[in-house]
Amino acid sequence: MAQRIDVKDLNIYYSDFRAVADIEMAVEPRSVTAFIGPSGCGKSTFLRTLNRMHEVIPGAHVQGTVAMDGVDLYGADVDPVAVRRQVGMVFQRPNPFPTMSIADNVLAGVRLNNKRISKGDAQDMVEQSLKGANLWNEVKDRLDRPGSGLSGGQQQRLCIARAIAVKPQVLLMDEPCSALDPISTLAIEDLIAELKSEYTIVIVTHNMQQAARVSDRTAFFNLAGTGQPGRLIEIDDTATIFSAPREQATEDYISGRFG
Amino acid sequence: MTTIAPEAGSPQQGNPELRALLRQVDKKRHRVDRFMKGLVYLAFVLAVVPLVSVAWTVVSKGIERFNAYFLTHSMRGVYGGMDAGGVYHAIVGTIEITLFAALISVPIGLLTAIYLVEYGRGQLARSVTFFVDVMTGIPSIVAGLFAYALFAVFLGPGVRMGVVGSVALSVLMIPVVVRSSEEMLRLVPNELREAALALGVPRWLVVIKVVLRTAVAGLVTGIMISVARVIGETAPLLITVGVIDSINYNLFEGRMMTLPVYVYRQFQQGLVPCAPDQANCIATITYDRAWAGALTLILIVMLLNLVARLVTRFFAPKNFG
Repeated sequence: MAQRIDVKDLNIYYSDFRAVADIEMAVEPRSVTAFIGPSGCGKSTFLRTLNRMHEVIPGAHVQGTVAMDGVDLYGADVDPVAVRRQVGMVFQRPNPFPTMSIADNVLAGVRLNNKRISKGDAQDMVEQSLKGANLWNEVKDRLDRPGSGLSGGQQQRLCIARAIAVKPQVLLMDEPCSALDPISTLAIEDLIAELKSEYTIVIVTHNMQQAARVSDRTAFFNLAGTGQPGRLIEIDDTATIFSAPREQATEDYISGRFG
Repeated sequence: MTTIAPEAGSPQQGNPELRALLRQVDKKRHRVDRFMKGLVYLAFVLAVVPLVSVAWTVVSKGIERFNAYFLTHSMRGVYGGMDAGGVYHAIVGTIEITLFAALISVPIGLLTAIYLVEYGRGQLARSVTFFVDVMTGIPSIVAGLFAYALFAVFLGPGVRMGVVGSVALSVLMIPVVVRSSEEMLRLVPNELREAALALGVPRWLVVIKVVLRTAVAGLVTGIMISVARVIGETAPLLITVGVIDSINYNLFEGRMMTLPVYVYRQFQQGLVPCAPDQANCIATITYDRAWAGALTLILIVMLLNLVARLVTRFFAPKNFG
């Protein structure tokens, strides 16, 4: 179910502006990789290139290769829609579909694609996905209620359930807890720890404690100044990054001297 | 922490300087405040007065002839000051022509709006927006002449039928539909589009199943507003559809009557010269019919709005089920 991702010589552009430069890294399967770094350094931009959501923005494009298990996601014959089915995404702000019930939100990947699914299969899918997102017990009695009626933390777990319902290989999370309170954050972090046995998880976070708590490997991004592209400074085991980073910039950042 | 409870009967509590500062009355600000409030209320009343006046005039003058007979009979064989004649043929014409106009404009307008919001970039999108703006300003009589000229090319001069009127109305309606739909589609949060795209849903399905579905309430309202905008048009219909006294259900052949034209026609005929010995001659019958026709038109628009409200309520995204 989980795949490794190898990124080589990746440059990411918004029209003419190079936002991220020369990324080279490997994302290990069945583990959590955290991206940290100051605002504007391109963490989220890079994350969005991993499932080709970057190019949704007009004028945005990339150079280089992102290979999942050896297959270049940016190859000429690769369909971005198919990539997104294999690489799911959870956004910063919970965004359940306001016109759908909780159950329909979980089934969105199926329903929106006009695929037919039997009632029994649909029920199984809803139950398994919601259980996978630790939300089942809280919502099992109100599956036909609107998803937007849930609390923020529940909505975010609903979005995770929606993402894992399409059975992706990789799960990208773009600051999934930044709009949530500490209790909901804890629930999501526990969930990430459970999910990593099945999925390759990449998480962008502004919270260094969170990176230290949930991730196995941590990548530090930085930019030289405004107008300069963001770069990957270093990537290593989380323990190493937080105890003995190779680069001075990394140490300055995690010890709170800037950023 | 101490709790501060206001003690009744001891007004001299606390710091007297601060109290003086806090209780200082800014007379000028209060005056300006009252004055502006008065202006706002005045503006509101001024805006409502004509509305109420119009409604009252139409109802009071139209109610006399507004009855089941009036709604179910045409003007066929009615002449002079006869106490007869109705508006049925005009209702048929108005509903058919307007519906057909909506049938033409809604797909074109909606697709244009979708193009502008979801796909349109650069020069083409800008010029589409520009021409839609220009279209908004077309005088309705010009739209009528255009539709007439268009059909005259194929069917010869003097062509008059319902569908020509529909085309004229849709020329007026399309820009309104585009504009309102565009606004509504832009209101759909981008997050929802991205959420659906990230689930591996192709763009066209995102547009249909997420964007349109989320915006449907607003879209319906916009379409209803555009219908209300054209349903009262007189000039283009006078040119393209003409005038007739009997019922014509066929949009594609022959003249049709419509409500605004009916009102205009009745009013234009003026007082009936009744001979003194004529018993059943009503001198003001044409005016009465005109007012009753106007009342019918207003009621139809109101009914449409009501339906739109219901649709809106039914489809609106719900937060708490």
